[in-house]
Amino acid sequence: MQKILIIGATSAIAEATARLWAARGDALFLVGRRADRLQAIAADLCVRGAASVGCHTMDACDGAAHAAMFEAAHSALGGLDVAFIAHGTLPDQKACEASVEQTLREIDSNGLSVIVLATRLANTFEKQGHGSLAVISSVAGERGRQSNYVYGAAKGLVSLFLQGLRNRLAKRGVHVLTIKPGFVDTPMTAEFSKGALWAKPETIARGIVHAIDRRRDEVYLPGFWWLIMALIRHIPERVFKRLSL
Amino acid sequence: MPRPPLASWGQLPAVPAAHERWLSDRAAPLPAVAGSVLAYGNGRSYGDVGLNSGATLLHTRGMDRFIAFDEATGVLTCEAGVLLAEILDVFVPRGWFLPVTPGTRFVTVGGAIANDVHSKNHHRAGSFGGHVRRFELLRSDGSRRVCAPGENAEWFAATIGGLGLTGLITWVELSLKPISGVGITVASTRFTGLDEFFAVNTEAEARHEYTVAWIDCLAPTVRGIFMAGDHSAGQGQAAAARKALNFPLTPPFSLVNGLTLRAFNQAYYNRPVPAMSVVHYAPFFYPLDGILHWNRLYGRQGFYQYQFVLPMAARAALADVLRSISTSGQGSFLAVLKTFGDLSSPGLLSFPMPGVTLALDFPNRGAPTRALFDRLDAIVGEAGGRLYPAKDARMSGEFFRRSYPRLNEFLPFVDAKFSSDFARRVLL
Ligand SMILES: Cc1cc2nc3c(=O)[nH]c(=O)nc-3n(C[C@H](O)[C@H](O)[C@H](O)COP(=O)(O)OP(=O)(O)OC[C@H]3O[C@@H](n4cnc5c(N)ncnc54)[C@H](O)[C@@H]3O)c2cc1C
Ligand SMILES: NC(=O)c1ccc[n+]([C@@H]2O[C@H](COP(=O)([O-])OP(=O)(O)OC[C@H]3O[C@@H](n4cnc5c(N)ncnc54)[C@H](OP(=O)(O)O)[C@@H]3O)[C@@H](O)[C@H]2O)c1
Repeated sequence: MQKILIIGATSAIAEATARLWAARGDALFLVGRRADRLQAIAADLCVRGAASVGCHTMDACDGAAHAAMFEAAHSALGGLDVAFIAHGTLPDQKACEASVEQTLREIDSNGLSVIVLATRLANTFEKQGHGSLAVISSVAGERGRQSNYVYGAAKGLVSLFLQGLRNRLAKRGVHVLTIKPGFVDTPMTAEFSKGALWAKPETIARGIVHAIDRRRDEVYLPGFWWLIMALIRHIPERVFKRLSL
Repeated sequence: MPRPPLASWGQLPAVPAAHERWLSDRAAPLPAVAGSVLAYGNGRSYGDVGLNSGATLLHTRGMDRFIAFDEATGVLTCEAGVLLAEILDVFVPRGWFLPVTPGTRFVTVGGAIANDVHSKNHHRAGSFGGHVRRFELLRSDGSRRVCAPGENAEWFAATIGGLGLTGLITWVELSLKPISGVGITVASTRFTGLDEFFAVNTEAEARHEYTVAWIDCLAPTVRGIFMAGDHSAGQGQAAAARKALNFPLTPPFSLVNGLTLRAFNQAYYNRPVPAMSVVHYAPFFYPLDGILHWNRLYGRQGFYQYQFVLPMAARAALADVLRSISTSGQGSFLAVLKTFGDLSSPGLLSFPMPGVTLALDFPNRGAPTRALFDRLDAIVGEAGGRLYPAKDARMSGEFFRRSYPRLNEFLPFVDAKFSSDFARRVLL
């Protein structure tokens, strides 16, 4: 049985992932903004076989609330094997261009809040000498694009931060996983029309659980995004800037 | 992922819905939209009960959470978009099974109630609605009612088999049944002629929980294979763990035609059937679930399923139906023949009645196919029988209203905001 903390537990990808852990009989602690949704998800995970499921309501951007949350998680789980950070928001890029406040809010919810959480978790794991920190970043963090660069910048921040953390913690037996999903059919992307590149949250969830089990460093999900991103990264900037991606 | 195609299972040409909404929170109010709405479960109904052309469909698959389970009694509470397949995945390993399951496990609990589905155990268990203890019904006026046999009983009766027209079912409480293992002991018998079918059937129903027959209606004299099954502690060496095959695209024309049909039915009838074997429950209950999207086999024009029930006293009319089909030259793949017992359902518009039911698939050849159905309707109607709305895309309103005698009790419970292509076709 693993003791697992999930932050952003109401996310579709996080919920699908939690179901796989519940079926294995793991103990779960769910953190999110909406108490009623957390309760509904917790009841479901209990029926599916989770050893125990605790809930805690918290806005990830409210840094002052983090300490109480970690304490609640610690006393409910009695330890920590896996911390999974999944929350995020998809900004309205045009609105961000017109508003510094909005841009900073998005950088906070997708970037800074994650770094604040990861910093404390890293220290906890480092002290105990084991554990997995798994964080959902995005393929969008690999190259700035006109249609989505505020989100991309925040995710890029997360990916680089985790890379450094991994480098630091590898010597301490602590595992750090950067998860880079491509297009996933979730409430976040409900407005998009879906083509062949789109994956279901269940597919991403299987990839996440597998990557944590195998202690992988970085995963593209589904895997073919590795190739797509390798191509996109290699387009020379002088060409890239003319494209409308 | 491409959105599920918003045609129904028969893939008959239809005008798509103008809007779609994805529900995932059972406590949320219905989306505010202009025009009518209709719940869409997993699209396994063949005809138009699940379609709402030009208006709004409310996808319920996102409401897929379990709510509670009582290990002592097997009572499960879950949201209405949970698939029967998901219930099986979680609860079979713990020794519980669905009290009633249709021939595919890819249907939602809400859809199973709205069509009050039946299984191979109808003679023992009745239909799905009889195992539903309670559910919540959300109406377009925002009201929520818990409906049960002893609470809002008239709403309970209207919604079971209510074809999605009484509102949105948000959560359901139902009774699972204990089983001893994943296996099914199957006894198979070949038979020739309907008299022999009824003789074998009477004997089998007294001794077995599940009974069904596949018939070859293209043979000069009807012949078939009768299967009787019971849950067993055995494992059943099965294809259960094998990944399902997928039929990836829709060919421009039907691959099902006179030639392939005759060859298939011939081979199916003559395949070696062991008199007694233990199989995994999946191939026993869901033989077609092993090939995803097998419905595409019928090509772009789609296909019809024609399923009717005849009262037992009028069972002689079955021979007339089969004769009409064979003279029409439009055969059917595996036709499924089964008798219903006399356990009645709470549902006002429930399809089953004590008698015999036959289900057949027909490629859509346009006018000749529909003309054949009109001839069959005449025989079925004359005999006091009726058609299954879950499979229907073309019966006349007059026939529906005549053959569902409790329709007038049902109509006051229809939610004015809910409608479907089926409702607009037959209710008025
Ligand atoms: C291969 C195959 C085998 C089958 N075998 C059988 C069988 O043996 N016995 C049998 O009885 N049927 C059988 N069926 C038919 C199938 O069981 C029914 O059509 C079933 O209702 C489909 O459920 P669904 O979730 O796909 O619902 P849909 O087809 O999407 O919808 C069916 C109806 O349910 C309503 N509905 C769905 N969810 C809700 C909700 N939450 N609240 C209110 N209304 C709702 C819809 O509005 C619609 O009227 C079979 C179908 C297939 C494809
Ligand atoms: N969908 C994609 O295509 C895609 C692609 C790449 C990466 N991702 C990433 O995958 C992760 C999960 O997203 P998803 O696709 O599953 O979408 P989702 O279902 O919309 O989930 C996003 C979740 O984040 C939560 N959240 C947002 N801000 C929060 C905050 N300040 N505090 C606490 N919770 C907050 C939301 O909570 P509420 O329920 O309270 O709103 C929501 O549950 C995100 O990090 C996203 O950036 C998604």
